[in-house]
Amino acid sequence: MAGFTSTDKYVATRDLEVAVNAAVTLQRPLLVKGEPGTGKTVLAQEVAAALGCPLIEWHIKSTTKAQQGLYEYDAVSRLRDGQLGDSRVHDIGNYIVRGKLWEAFEADRQTVVLIDEVDKADIEFPNDLLLELDRMQFFVYETRQTVVARQRPVVIITSNNEKELPDAFLRRCFFHYIRFPDRETMERIVQAHYPDIRKDLAAEALTVFFQVREVPGLKKKPATSELLDWLKLLMAEDLPVEALRSHDRQVVIPPLYGALLKNEQDVHLFERLAFLARRGG
Amino acid sequence: MFAPLVLALRSAGLPVSVTEFLTLMAAMRAGVADYSVEDFYYLARATLVKDERHLDKFDRVFAACFKGAELPEGVAVTTLPEEWLRKLAEKLLSPEEMAQIQALGGFEAIMQRLRELLAEQKGRHQGGSKWIGTAGTSPFGAYGYNPEGVRIGQAESRHRRAVKVWDRRDYRDLDDNVELGTRGMKIALRRLRRFARQGAATELDMDDTVRSTANNAGSLELKMVPERHNAVKVLLLLDVGGSMDEHVRLTEELFSAARSEFKHLEHYYFHNFVYERVWKNNRRRFEEVIPTWQMLRTYGADYKLIIVGDAAMSPYEITMPGGSVEHYNEESGTAWLERLGAQYRHAAWLNPTPERSWGQTRSIGMVNELMAGRMYPLTVNGIDAMTRDLGW
Repeated sequence: MAGFTSTDKYVATRDLEVAVNAAVTLQRPLLVKGEPGTGKTVLAQEVAAALGCPLIEWHIKSTTKAQQGLYEYDAVSRLRDGQLGDSRVHDIGNYIVRGKLWEAFEADRQTVVLIDEVDKADIEFPNDLLLELDRMQFFVYETRQTVVARQRPVVIITSNNEKELPDAFLRRCFFHYIRFPDRETMERIVQAHYPDIRKDLAAEALTVFFQVREVPGLKKKPATSELLDWLKLLMAEDLPVEALRSHDRQVVIPPLYGALLKNEQDVHLFERLAFLARRGG
Repeated sequence: MFAPLVLALRSAGLPVSVTEFLTLMAAMRAGVADYSVEDFYYLARATLVKDERHLDKFDRVFAACFKGAELPEGVAVTTLPEEWLRKLAEKLLSPEEMAQIQALGGFEAIMQRLRELLAEQKGRHQGGSKWIGTAGTSPFGAYGYNPEGVRIGQAESRHRRAVKVWDRRDYRDLDDNVELGTRGMKIALRRLRRFARQGAATELDMDDTVRSTANNAGSLELKMVPERHNAVKVLLLLDVGGSMDEHVRLTEELFSAARSEFKHLEHYYFHNFVYERVWKNNRRRFEEVIPTWQMLRTYGADYKLIIVGDAAMSPYEITMPGGSVEHYNEESGTAWLERLGAQYRHAAWLNPTPERSWGQTRSIGMVNELMAGRMYPLTVNGIDAMTRDLGW
């Protein structure tokens, strides 16, 4: 079995590896939660790459219905074709539009299916998919055929905790909560993304980054994706390390903060703290 | 051999089922964890825990099961620095609470006694009336009864009247999401939904299209309608402060559930009873009051009114002009509630006090009468009954 491990682009902790491998081996869905920006969505892409399978992404919105993942019946096209006397109209099968799950079930080889942000949908959405994900089959009423998965796909589901998921759904999943990486893991992540970054710059930037996260009262703490964007900017601007280091121990607004702080209250908070720090010392 | 782990998890309150246990067995047989203890721990966690709130509990049970150690019981009191207690007290206690503390010779005296006891005491203690520990009547420790007690190492108040809780909870940041407990309420509130078509016509109206096409002698005529939206409008009036303090959590849950279910949700606060003014922001409740008349004019009769309050007050606060505890009200509460009732045909009162004790407070009966019997307990069942009875 080709197991899932850290790649040169994606750093996975051991607990994540075990969870993914358990889900792959037992062919059950893996539910991934965690702070925004900790790599939930990227995980599916990496799993697909590691297993050498195509990835099918299904992004959930508040209006998404479970049925749309299976199939939809395009009555309007059929009506139009009927009007135009098209011969296709006699076969209802021509008007069944396949959804993402059908695509995955019928694929020639095993696939990885990402159901992204399942909590965005209606509260009943997970329940409506229970049977389909459990048996990996569903029934098409219009054509009276049962679609059975040729290979059970690897299903990865992400959630941002906006809604609580029903128990029956949770029972069938493996669960992994991506913790915010500690400094050591973060260094590995930075190394994986920017192998040629200057060591001193990376170290200073990480210190500033973790300091920013420590500031009490931030509305949106910067996460991994923000750090990577910020580092990219720092490298592009070719800032000297001193720009980060000059005011040690006091709170300052980091240079190019726009990549780290994403709303105006947080920027205000920082300006206020910087002001107090200047006045105090 | 893993059954004891599952049983221990269940008795620690984790919702672990047989299905999950069997999944764990299957994964073990498939060799996911091989022979590494660490991998087994990760595997068991991914299989048996489905919510990050439970991670901490799982860790403790797992450790207990596989090391034969005992479960940790709360926080060791000796690790609480004195400075904390003092700072917290100064910050959190209201003047009234400070006055109550005088019953034991002042806060200084409590703290002084606590320090002495900490110095004297060795080891864990339970019961009794002097030592720090659990279930005693000394002013210190948890699960005991003393109105002036300082509570240590206990998650919530049992008698609802000790001075302050000093519990250290490492995983609190994962555990305090009010949103999580609200699924039941949301489902109940759902019945309030009324779908209506508004806005741009973006959806195909199948019935009308078929009918029009038939009328048109078979040549296609498409008919579009606007998409369905939840059009129900809810006006929520929330009682805050005073006797409502002990119901804050429940009220927050209701508010959080209602917020995500209704697009048109307006809320205002009042204290004890609705008079001529309400407010939107509790922190600025004296500066930013809104006349109730203005609220009545702004939100028309198509709003559904839900008042949340314990309705526990002196009867004068309801019936008499000037009966309010915090200001002089020109008109009686009865007049205001009748005015609200006249405007909002769909109105109900949700009461967080358990239904069986309603009879003990006279004002609850009076309010219920004023609301024409439409007072319901603030529970999932109560909300359910409310939506059903009113034919919403």
